[in-house]
Amino acid sequence: MKRKFIAVAVAAALATGMSVANAQQGKLSDDVVKIGVLTDMSGVYADYGGPGAVMAAKMAVEDFGGKMFGKEIQVISADHQNKPDIAKNVTLQWFDRDKVDMTVENLNSGVALAVTALGKEKNKITIVNGAASARLTNEDCAPATGIHYLMDTIALGNVVGKAIVKDGGDSWFFLTADYAFGHSLEKDTGEVVKAAGGKVLGAVRHPLSTGDFSSFLLQAQSSGAKIVGLANAGGDTVNSIKSAAEFGITKKQSLAALLMLITDVDAVGLKTAQGLYLTEGWYWDTNAETRAWAKKFEDRMKKKPNSNQASVYSATLHYLNAVKAAGTDDTAPVMKKMHEMPINDMFAKNGKIREDGRMVHDMYLYQVKTPAESKAPWDYYKLKGTIKGDDAFQSLANSRCPTFKKS
Amino acid sequence: MTEIFGVPIQAFMGQLTIGLVNGAFYAMLSLGLAVIFGMLNIVNFAHGALYMMGAMFSWMLLKYADVNYWFALVLAPVAVGIVGAIIERTMLRWLYQLDHLYGLLLTFGLALILEGAFREAYGSSGAPYDAPDVFRGVFDLGFMFLPKYRAWVVLASTIVCISTWYIIEKTKLGAYLRAGTENPKLVQAFGINVPLMVTLTYAFGVGLAGLAGVLAAPIYQVSALMGSNIIIVVFAVVVIGGMGSIMGSIITGLALGIIEGLTKVFYPEASSTVVFIIMVIVLLIRPAGLFGREK
Repeated sequence: MKRKFIAVAVAAALATGMSVANAQQGKLSDDVVKIGVLTDMSGVYADYGGPGAVMAAKMAVEDFGGKMFGKEIQVISADHQNKPDIAKNVTLQWFDRDKVDMTVENLNSGVALAVTALGKEKNKITIVNGAASARLTNEDCAPATGIHYLMDTIALGNVVGKAIVKDGGDSWFFLTADYAFGHSLEKDTGEVVKAAGGKVLGAVRHPLSTGDFSSFLLQAQSSGAKIVGLANAGGDTVNSIKSAAEFGITKKQSLAALLMLITDVDAVGLKTAQGLYLTEGWYWDTNAETRAWAKKFEDRMKKKPNSNQASVYSATLHYLNAVKAAGTDDTAPVMKKMHEMPINDMFAKNGKIREDGRMVHDMYLYQVKTPAESKAPWDYYKLKGTIKGDDAFQSLANSRCPTFKKS
Repeated sequence: MTEIFGVPIQAFMGQLTIGLVNGAFYAMLSLGLAVIFGMLNIVNFAHGALYMMGAMFSWMLLKYADVNYWFALVLAPVAVGIVGAIIERTMLRWLYQLDHLYGLLLTFGLALILEGAFREAYGSSGAPYDAPDVFRGVFDLGFMFLPKYRAWVVLASTIVCISTWYIIEKTKLGAYLRAGTENPKLVQAFGINVPLMVTLTYAFGVGLAGLAGVLAAPIYQVSALMGSNIIIVVFAVVVIGGMGSIMGSIITGLALGIIEGLTKVFYPEASSTVVFIIMVIVLLIRPAGLFGREK
């Protein structure tokens, strides 16, 4: 019995020794790579990120092989309930106690700003996916630790704003969610509209998760603007679009949803959403690679992934590749690799993380299909244009980020 | 153009009308709460969740059984009422002798469980539910377009509110109910089945919430979260109107809908808080509410 035990122990020791020898040389703090997915698991944005985003991060770990230098890669998650203070507490606990090396997703701009600031203070990598405020790479940037991955308010305004003004929609009225994200989106899109020769006639600000939008829409209607820009997201956008259709606003004025993901289109239904223009960073039905990944995701989550969830996958995978290349999970060398290495996966081609933390990749202008055009469930978008990353996102020269040297 | 406080009169009238529509929902929900509190002394925090279930049931009926809006208008509230009866029989029954706080905590817990279950099953972005074809289109009121469906909501809720008030305050059945809650032992001695009456009252109260849910389904997104968005406001309405006062809850519901609508014009950022500011003022001046009686 004893002999057998010794034999097993020796075998085990040999096996671990071998695997260490086999693994590429590398050094991990705390002997684990730990990734924290911070998202809204139960509120208005739960379908936007939520369990789907956690699954996307896990899929990235799986595709990477599940191990780093022979050590385990863990994914943990938490619900921030769209409250920056909760987000801050959780993240602090993750960094200080739970040995988390990197947090990803961080949707809701209020949350994203809090977490990015904390990462800067604690020297830990924070990747923001679902939040859109351009302040993350401008006034509130953290170039040494923070990355803004999917899209931002400047790019969203840039793509849709330019396209619509060019199409003749030159007077705008904004319906704005009354927090950091809505304000950024209204301001950035407004600037694009004005730069393109259009006018901004006014804006009305509504509290987050407003039930009834009819009052606000009536104000938009009496402004006489040709375009009503929806500077909100999730359930608020969905309810705005429904009420606009109901009150006949869409007969004389057009809606521009500035941030709308495919999960929102699905929630509104094609009958009401048809014809809408929107900007996305990714669509599942783009090519064979995206379709294959979306299928894997759908098998597990029972619905198609949206661009946010796809970007969480891409960001996690890129991080893991950077850790591998750097041979350590220390913040500075990993960030250096993340900046150096181009991103080529099912989410982006030749994506690049700039010095200000902005991940630059192509953006797409889509129009929502009519019910007749849609051939299958989730067949929702017609591609109207591909906008090169450098044209969609703010140029480095215009960045208001004070802490990196402009080259 | 004529203006009121710097706002064009057309916009002003439009906001008043919309306020009335929202007020109709507040009135119907707070009415159910007032009936339940008045008769059972239960602060029913599960009201929002049951409103959500009314909307969810009608959506499920359409999706899985192809049952249209008109049947859902009857079936969903009945289903919600049955759920309510089960809750009353199995859980609330044991709490009547205890402090209000126990009923509040129990129903609050139930609300969280129900919402969590529906969110788990159907996600948080919800699903669309179309109004019947009869209600497609709008009435041109001159100063605004009023969707036909919203007009129907105001009409339906007015009928429901007035008949409820009439039944409770003016009929024999209502008299039994009121007497049963005042002195259950004595009423029972007259051969009236008080426990059954209480169960039916609770079922009726939450059935009203279910009905409001069906009416709301074509207007708002049918989602697991729709109840928690509205319930806090509705509670404020009940507190302002006076807990348990039926007429009070109807009038306050409509009035607050209108005040909220006007706030959206003058200072939209405060539109979600104005109801609570009014609540604080009312509580300071008349702690029993505008229509409540001091005990």
